[in-house]
Amino acid sequence: MSEPMRIRAHGENGNAVVRVLMSHEMETGLRKDPSGKPIPAWHITEVTASLNGKPVLTAQWGTAISKNPFLQFTVKGGKAGDRIGIHWIDNHGEQRSDEAVVT
Amino acid sequence: MSIPRIPSSRRQLLQRSAAVAAMLAGAGLWPRLAAAQAGWNKAAFEAKNVDDVMKALGVARPQESKEITLTAPDIAENGAVVPVAASSALPGVKRLLFLVEKNPNTLAGWFDLSDAVEASVSTRIKMAETSRVYAVATTADNRVLFAQKQVKVTLGGCGG
Repeated sequence: MSEPMRIRAHGENGNAVVRVLMSHEMETGLRKDPSGKPIPAWHITEVTASLNGKPVLTAQWGTAISKNPFLQFTVKGGKAGDRIGIHWIDNHGEQRSDEAVVT
Repeated sequence: MSIPRIPSSRRQLLQRSAAVAAMLAGAGLWPRLAAAQAGWNKAAFEAKNVDDVMKALGVARPQESKEITLTAPDIAENGAVVPVAASSALPGVKRLLFLVEKNPNTLAGWFDLSDAVEASVSTRIKMAETSRVYAVATTADNRVLFAQKQVKVTLGGCGG
C-alpha cells in the first residue's frame, strides 16, 4: 500500500495554488540490480486532479518524472473550503486517491 | 503480489477506467479528459525524438514561440530531480508537455488542462545527461508551440 500524498492548496490572488507530493518509486526500467538483472519499469501513468469532485486536470507520465513526483498547478477562482482531489494510477494498476481542502 | 492476481486486477482496472470514460463521455463533460482516461499513450512515451513524439500524438511539428515560458535550471547538479515549469498567457492552451531531447525516451509527461485551471504547471523530471529541454503547448485552435532551454547535468538521473 502506498503512502498518502501530501497535498497543499492555498488561496492566492483569487486562485488556489495546489502542490502535490506523491510517494512512488518511478523506476525507469533502465537500471540493473546488483546481480545485473534489469529492474522493471514501475511508474505512475495517469494522474487526475479534481475540484469539488469534478476533474480539472489530467496528466500522463512516463518514466522520466522524478521519484516521489511533485506537481503544482493553479485552479482559477479556487477558494478556501474547496476540495482538491488527486488520483493516480501506475503501470501495475495500483492506484491512490487523496483529498485536501483549500486554505 | 502473486502472479495469478495480476491479470485479474488488470482486468478490473481496465473495466473501471472504461466505466469512468463512458460515464464522463456520457455526461458530455470534459471530452478531452475522458479521452485521456482511455489509456496511456505508449507510442508517445516510447518515442526517441521530438518529431516521433509529435507524430504519436497526432499533432503538427511545434513552432518556437515567445508565448510559452519554460522555467528550468541552467545547471542541474542532480539529473534525477530537475525542477521544470511551463506556462503560457495564451488563451485556449489545452495541453502542456515536457520533453528532454537526449533522454532514452524523449517525452517525460504531459498535462491536459480544463478551463478551470491556469496554463501553468510545475513538476520534477529526470535527465540522463546535458540536454535541451522543451515545453510544448497545444491550443484549442490547433497551434503547437514550444519553448526550449539547454540544461547542463553534472550527474545523470537515468542509468544504473
